[in-house]
Amino acid sequence: MHELALSQAIAASVERHADGRHVTRVRVRIGHLRQVVPESLRFSWTLLTEGSALDGTELLVEHVPAVVACNDCAEMSTLDLPILVCHACHGHDVTLVSGDEFLIDSIDVMEVA
Amino acid sequence: MGRFHHHADGTVHRHDHDHLEDDHLEGHHLEGHHIEEHARDVGDHTGYLETGSTRVEVLEALLSENDRIAAANRRDLAEAGVRTVNVMSSPGAGKTTLLRSTLIALEDRLRIGVLEGDIATSIDADLLEGHAAAVALVNTSAGFGGECHLDAVMVRSGLTRLPLRALDLLVIENVGNLVCPAEFDVGEDARAMIFSVTEGEEKPLKYPVMFRVADVVVVNKVDLLPYLDFDLDRFLANLRDVNPDATVIQVSAKTGEGVAVWFDWLCGLVPSAPAART
Repeated sequence: MHELALSQAIAASVERHADGRHVTRVRVRIGHLRQVVPESLRFSWTLLTEGSALDGTELLVEHVPAVVACNDCAEMSTLDLPILVCHACHGHDVTLVSGDEFLIDSIDVMEVA
Repeated sequence: MGRFHHHADGTVHRHDHDHLEDDHLEGHHLEGHHIEEHARDVGDHTGYLETGSTRVEVLEALLSENDRIAAANRRDLAEAGVRTVNVMSSPGAGKTTLLRSTLIALEDRLRIGVLEGDIATSIDADLLEGHAAAVALVNTSAGFGGECHLDAVMVRSGLTRLPLRALDLLVIENVGNLVCPAEFDVGEDARAMIFSVTEGEEKPLKYPVMFRVADVVVVNKVDLLPYLDFDLDRFLANLRDVNPDATVIQVSAKTGEGVAVWFDWLCGLVPSAPAART
């Protein structure tokens, strides 16, 4: 739903880091607990960049699984549902290890000849 | 194709794998300074073969620009001595009705300003006019096709139209939506979510980001519970699963049941607020 706004934010950041160079790829890392649909983000990206300097730039979306570490039994659990619970002892005292990411990881640019 | 990985410790190694499925972005790319050279490329990037491309690490929060402006909002609001609450809900949960009775009830205790987010109309802002110390309307339709949320820039523009130093509390009424507003920090001190019992008990699991960011969840329309199949206990269990720390307040904005607890919660945000009159 808000993927278009996110695409705008990505484009602004990418243009700043590209510093005038041609960008071929953009890599973003998005955690499982974020409400971002990768297909929708890529579609918005194509729509938004069409006709701009970023036209044709590939957006690679890395999905980061949601992992919690249990503070009681020290087990690590990979979550499917957004319920912060240890799958081993069913305790709720857990620390989120990954899954909250919302990051522009890197861009590939062509060096100016 | 081959990938040459130059690590911060000086080691270089090459991965020979048939890429173009860049889906697996290795986690170790995040360590230190890293440049990957696409020495030779194949497939659909043939146009760029001759010169090769360079990977530039960005490692920037996706909404870093929004967050920067949110921080500026937070600073300005703190300097003006205003505490701010971002009120979010789905459409029709009763935000405006609850807010209206809140403004009337707290008129003598707090100077409350309202920043009203609405996609295109002034209907909600008109309902609140006359009860708040000041109201500023931000129509989000100026965004790309009508934004479904308020962002820090929109709120910043609204702040310029409010007499901040004459306020104790600023209530930001976000656009009715359970997804987008949760992702955008606007510079608030606290986040309130208004949930109505007509929405279904599974909502915390379906919209976990919204329920996770909330400091308080106001469960509205409890006067309707006798007429609904809504399972309040299951809703509360689902809420605890995604957000064990949220304060829960059950109210009916219509009958006034429980609203005093909500008023006190709001007053608790403002250190100088006088106690409730008995």
